[in-house]
Amino acid sequence: VSGGAGGLVAAVVQPLLLAAGSPLLIGVMRSVRARVEGRVGGGVLQPWRDLRKLLRKEPVSAAGTSWVFTAAPVVLMASSLVIAVVVPYLSTDAVLPGTGDLFAVVAVLLVGTVALTLAGLDTGTAFGGMGASREVTVAALVEPTVLLSVFALSVPAGSSNLAAIIRHRLSVPDTLAAPTSLLALVALVVVTIAETGRLPVDNPATHLELTMIHEAMVLEYAGRDLALVEWGSWMRLGVLLGLVANLFVPWGIAGTGDGTGWAAVTGGLLLAAVALVVKVGVLGALLAAVEVFLAKIRLFRVPELLAGSLVLAFLAVSAAYFLLPVE
Amino acid sequence: MSPAQLIPPDPIAAGVAGQAVLAVAAVVAAVVLPARSRAVAAGGLSALLGVGGLVTGVLALAGYEWSRGVRGVVPALDLTLRVDALSGVFCLVVGMVAAGAAVYGIGYVRPGANVHDHGGFRDHVRGVSPAGSRTAWAGFAVFVAGMQLVVVAGSAAAFVLGWELMAAASLLLVLTEHREHPAVRGAGLWYAGMTQLGFLAVLGCLAVLVVHAGAGDFATLRAASGTLGGSQQVVVAGLALVGFGSKAGMVPLHVWLPRAHPEAPSHVSAVMSGAMVKLGVYGLLRVGVDLLGGGLSGAGPSGAGLSGGGARAWGLIMLAVGAGSALYGILQAVVATDLKRLLAYSTTENVGLILVGVGAGQLLAASGRPELAAVAYVAALLHTVNHAAFKGLLFLGAGSVLRATGLRNLDALGGLVSRMPVTTSLVAVGALAAAALPPGNGFVSEWLLLQSLVHGQAAGGVTTALVMPAGVAVVALTAGLAVATFVKAFGTGFLARPRSAAAAAAVDCPPTMRAGMLLLAGAIAVLAVAPASLAPGLDRAAAVLLPQQNATVAGVAGSRADGVVGSGGGLALQGLSARLQPLLVLVLLVVAAVLVASVARLWGRPRRRDALAWGCGGERLSPRMEYTATSFAEPLQRVFGEVLHPEQDLAVIPTAAPYLDRRVRFSQRVGDAVETAAYRPALGLLWRLGESARGLAPGSVHRYVGYAFAALLAVLVAVSW
Repeated sequence: VSGGAGGLVAAVVQPLLLAAGSPLLIGVMRSVRARVEGRVGGGVLQPWRDLRKLLRKEPVSAAGTSWVFTAAPVVLMASSLVIAVVVPYLSTDAVLPGTGDLFAVVAVLLVGTVALTLAGLDTGTAFGGMGASREVTVAALVEPTVLLSVFALSVPAGSSNLAAIIRHRLSVPDTLAAPTSLLALVALVVVTIAETGRLPVDNPATHLELTMIHEAMVLEYAGRDLALVEWGSWMRLGVLLGLVANLFVPWGIAGTGDGTGWAAVTGGLLLAAVALVVKVGVLGALLAAVEVFLAKIRLFRVPELLAGSLVLAFLAVSAAYFLLPVE
Repeated sequence: MSPAQLIPPDPIAAGVAGQAVLAVAAVVAAVVLPARSRAVAAGGLSALLGVGGLVTGVLALAGYEWSRGVRGVVPALDLTLRVDALSGVFCLVVGMVAAGAAVYGIGYVRPGANVHDHGGFRDHVRGVSPAGSRTAWAGFAVFVAGMQLVVVAGSAAAFVLGWELMAAASLLLVLTEHREHPAVRGAGLWYAGMTQLGFLAVLGCLAVLVVHAGAGDFATLRAASGTLGGSQQVVVAGLALVGFGSKAGMVPLHVWLPRAHPEAPSHVSAVMSGAMVKLGVYGLLRVGVDLLGGGLSGAGPSGAGLSGGGARAWGLIMLAVGAGSALYGILQAVVATDLKRLLAYSTTENVGLILVGVGAGQLLAASGRPELAAVAYVAALLHTVNHAAFKGLLFLGAGSVLRATGLRNLDALGGLVSRMPVTTSLVAVGALAAAALPPGNGFVSEWLLLQSLVHGQAAGGVTTALVMPAGVAVVALTAGLAVATFVKAFGTGFLARPRSAAAAAAVDCPPTMRAGMLLLAGAIAVLAVAPASLAPGLDRAAAVLLPQQNATVAGVAGSRADGVVGSGGGLALQGLSARLQPLLVLVLLVVAAVLVASVARLWGRPRRRDALAWGCGGERLSPRMEYTATSFAEPLQRVFGEVLHPEQDLAVIPTAAPYLDRRVRFSQRVGDAVETAAYRPALGLLWRLGESARGLAPGSVHRYVGYAFAALLAVLVAVSW
């Protein structure tokens, strides 16, 4: 049994792990928030209970909507699943060549966003359009930061292939603490917050008309559709936090260096799974704890936040050139 | 009979000759046949002309080359023809778009028998459409033939001849509906002015080269360009940038685009935007890079002329102009409410992206990294082909909407997804590609462009280290705004509920129009899943742009720079660990979607129920409550207000009772800031000059005799100098 088998197993296990774990991640984050605020909270399993309840309810389409409205939740979920397959979460041995490119991952993420915004417009309500408009604005302004961070991370590794980047960072641990890496980390965290609609860009708990972004867009969804929308959005948070975790704390991930044989491969993957769960859990808890102290900022202040992160990303790329030897 | 025997000994010659015959046949058919059969015959022959171009292009990309001196046909003019891989790319582009547009045109020009009338929108569709006239169909064939002549030209004279045929025929076509819409005349005037000024620049640029070389064929020009003086190089490069840039729709010479594209008949807009604009890029590549290559490339051993610094500066200028065009174009597109104007500005954006690739290629070639330059050139060429396919399709889709509703205004459209399902689905394909999202074809070329910029940083040098990240940021912001633009165009124009009676009564288009759109959608599909099929051809075309490569990079394997290689349907960069397998991404997405849908159906309750959307406590939602295209783009318009300068007008009309029946009237217009800032003052100055020049002609014969005498003296002095 070679490392390739590990990669194959990882490609199957990763989406299952992230699909199952993302609701738990949300549960952990809500519990942390509740504890910090002095509440008891619904427990870690509450998101799963919500999903089960919603999946059993009948889907309701707003009158006058088209296939776009019905297809959007499926596309959102599918895009999150594809990312869970192609990003090296458990193993750096890619089994699907030509898909683990960071630029491609970012683009697939955007496909999910676009599906939801089109569905928001398809409802023909003011809320749907409002949410779609705001979501697209944020997504468009985030894009330069995302791609520049990708650039900054790929310069030292000489590739934008995720497995190559992670392998390079594992083999040269110095790069992890380099200015490039830290600047890119901050930029990517801002991106993750904006892309997943967390505070201070969007408040996932609000249903106040004037401030909501994501919730306004999906207001018309019910039952099974809503379950998929929620699940897909939670998975987005899971896959992005997992990506950030593996890029900046890559230890624990399985790879070709683990040796051959079923025991070594299985052990490596198990270790990687545990490491991923711990990393993402800690990151999520941190995020939730910080969110308690933040208020949502005005929509028209969001571009300022994103411009700031763009500057950081640009500095990261420049630092990659000026502070590190380039072959 | 084996496939090899099917190909004639000189297939390119056969292709070019076939196109010439078809063009003449199409013109004859357009002029001779009666209105009833004209559309089918002329449209069909024009479509065949397009297919001929497509086949010729594919053959040229496959490695066939051909050249033929045509001297003496026109006295004293050298009309040499020459086809290489670079010509092949553009042959393919022109042919592909022309074939789709011609088939579409057959249905488009037919009197709209299946169309209802709403409030006098569509006198022009109900009667005999002027787009189906003799002049229009003959003009269409001449237009396509002129473009193909530009591409296959191997001498300055042939190039200029084709260029002017293309310019004149397209002007004629823009003016097609001048009786029906007064706005067409203004657009025609702008287009005529810009295209002829551009022609003068092109003519001047080639004239300087020809006078210097002493002959007109491209081979001589290329060989002689190495000895051009420094100031001559600057003049040639500057004139090329202005002449070809204005045709390409590059900012600030883009002002004709958002006027002419919306007013031309839609199948003509598709050809203009998909193919003709690309010939500006072709000119920049052929003259600016290929012909000037010997003089401008810094890699030459002698370092004569402008040498490395010149090539570097040329590349930087292209990069800056491309980045500016991309950003400005997409910012205007994101706030545009006229569907065809939006598409026109998006063309400026995409040409900007292509020029970013060209500029990066020149910069990298000047830095002595031809293998990286090849990647950038391939990215630019692939995006050229991709943009032709999706923008052609989108303009045809906009034409279907225009024909069915008489509307281009997104704020009044909507609800077409249930009324025009075929058009909507095809436009969705084009919009996905234009938004550069996977699995569209636009994503593939933007990925390649980003890769060339990321890996370009390895070329070294502080300039590169600053320019490449800035380029990536610009491409990224452009991509983000393109997503916003096409979500807006598709979401408000085709989804939701209709916002006007005309949109509510729309019906889908006739079969020939669907066939034309399907053709381009098929091209998008092929380009999206199998870009590798074009990779060897594009590598050949990039090699044309890197002629000195063999001399300077000894040791690079093979005789040409294989920048991008196909790998099992996907793309891979030679020597770099960058791979993209678009087919695999598509398969993964489809498999995941099918899995999710079936699991959700099995697990959850399958029955789906319709209910009213949430109306905030009100019972029924009126379409007036929907978000419009204007309101959708408002946040972005506010963020980029400094660049866009929207003019807003809010009038509150009070009545006797202050709290009742008060009317509020809001209007907004986003003009073109470049036009207001640069063109209006220039035109005003020209006007004033003209006014004051009247004083020169008071009607006195004595004064005129005096002028003649002074002119004679001046000529004599100048001659004897």
